[in-house]
Amino acid sequence: MTVVELPWAAASPRPPDEDLVLDVRDLRMRYGAVDVLRGVDLTARRGEVVALLGPNGAGKTTTIEILEGFRLPSAGTVRVLGTDPARGDERWRARLGVVLQSWRDHGKWRVRELLAHLGDFYAPYATDRIPRPWPVDELLETVGLSAHAGSRVARLSGGQRRRLDVAVGIVGRPELLFLDEPTVGFDPAARREFHELVHRLADLDETTIVLTTHDLAEAEKLADRILILAGGRIIAEGSPDQLARRVAGDAEVRWARDGERYVHATADATAFLRDLLREHGDRIRELEVRRASLEDAYLALVHEEETGIRTGRAERVWQQEANR
Amino acid sequence: MNPTTNALRAGLRRGAIELRATFTNGQDLWTYFFPTVVLLIAVFWMRGSTVPGTDFSLGARTLPSALGMGLLFGGLLGLANQLVIDREDGTLLRAKAIPDGMLGYLVGKIVLVSAVALIGVVIQLTPGLFFLDGLRLGDPGAWLTLAWVVPLGLVATLPLGAVIGSLVENPRNMGLVVMPIFGLIALSGIFYPINGLPGWLQGVAQVFPLYWLGLGMRSALLPGDLAAVELGGSWRHLETVGVLGAWAVLGLVLAPVVLRRMARRESGSRVAARRERAMQRVG
Repeated sequence: MTVVELPWAAASPRPPDEDLVLDVRDLRMRYGAVDVLRGVDLTARRGEVVALLGPNGAGKTTTIEILEGFRLPSAGTVRVLGTDPARGDERWRARLGVVLQSWRDHGKWRVRELLAHLGDFYAPYATDRIPRPWPVDELLETVGLSAHAGSRVARLSGGQRRRLDVAVGIVGRPELLFLDEPTVGFDPAARREFHELVHRLADLDETTIVLTTHDLAEAEKLADRILILAGGRIIAEGSPDQLARRVAGDAEVRWARDGERYVHATADATAFLRDLLREHGDRIRELEVRRASLEDAYLALVHEEETGIRTGRAERVWQQEANR
Repeated sequence: MNPTTNALRAGLRRGAIELRATFTNGQDLWTYFFPTVVLLIAVFWMRGSTVPGTDFSLGARTLPSALGMGLLFGGLLGLANQLVIDREDGTLLRAKAIPDGMLGYLVGKIVLVSAVALIGVVIQLTPGLFFLDGLRLGDPGAWLTLAWVVPLGLVATLPLGAVIGSLVENPRNMGLVVMPIFGLIALSGIFYPINGLPGWLQGVAQVFPLYWLGLGMRSALLPGDLAAVELGGSWRHLETVGVLGAWAVLGLVLAPVVLRRMARRESGSRVAARRERAMQRVG
């Protein structure tokens, strides 16, 4: 398989950067004879929202678990809040927030009781800049669980339970928050509220957020930057808009003329339309111009990675990246 | 505040909260009272029989022995079960994700499991007083003995429970732990004196803590002259402290190592894999 050289990664080491919350170079993970991660590079700055996308088995969870300090990598340099997670102490741990996938834990506890208890552990780690923990009533209000403060955890609905998971993740006012599939089981209203919360955390509190999701629309809405992980490597990286444009620079133009339908792919849709209309004028009907969506980009990239067939579109990503 | 002190306090609160939760939960209450009910019925029917060689009620001898067994069940199986369940439902991972969370978790569990074991002793002892004669509960000496036998029993059994709970990954395999304990009950003279057993079997029984837990509780609650029908003709307090102490030391040395190893390996994907297996069992 072709190894794509990331031009900027080969350059001299970057200078130490206070704002670099996450700095991962050449991360590798091998289980037995299977390489799960094959040289992952990723960074995140303070207040940045980074989405990790990828098919099942791409190594998203493994990556996150290494960053959380729950799993030791086979090789590579990992710096999370300036510390190697393998050596992270409790002070380091207090600056992280982890929203795990939803389990059935603490079912007999009441919602307020659980948040107050877990918050207690963070009190000694408060700083002048960051008061810890988040006051429980305020936190309940923030995640929309005030009405259920006295409910037993086991009696919450799936969406409420997920909000509690998020509340548990942020009760310590983390500087870096990991969200693993955060909105599974949310109804549209809860989803929107959650998105507002993520924006609030990132913008007001400068929380850096790393989230994994299968929901491309969600990644598009939330993320400043999207990383696509497939086959154990980051195969593409950029803002949602950049990704969509770079991967499929061609727009698709559809129209009907004299009862027949036409489709044409073009890099310059505006010029093509000008010519088309000049030539056929009023005979053009049902004109439609479609830009590649993030979903198209994602599917194209993952398909290329998985099949090893390069249609040339992914190559373009790297070239543009190099010229940036 | 010092983070460790803070976590210890949070752990105590955790224990208190879980204790309250468990005693307001019908299903849990049933689990606590069921063995008591069975035991009390057994003791009640034994009331007419006597300990061989004496005219002392066999039922009255069985009750303290069973209290010793309750300490083993409560301390060892109680903690092991909690660890296995909390690993499967993600409680432990939750604790791992917060600062000093594992310390708080462990303190909370020890408080919970010890309290449940102690409450179990009281639940079994109280009704027994009404229809069993000969237990010397009015004697301060009895309480003095209880005051060291019970804590020592818990210190000997809780760390073993932590070790077993860390090693058993699948809740179903807890059966593999329970079976040998049932065998041990028959050997250890809980329901009937073992003076009649071959010497080597008596020797095997005396290696394990259960025999000594039963003996210790009998020494506290039975009249002094019943020591004559025990092995060696005495309550053997020194040996009780020796054997239970040895198990306590062994457990306290092993438990931190095994617990740390277990906690280190805990991650979201392991919990997910376990849940997957649990689903397959149910489905």
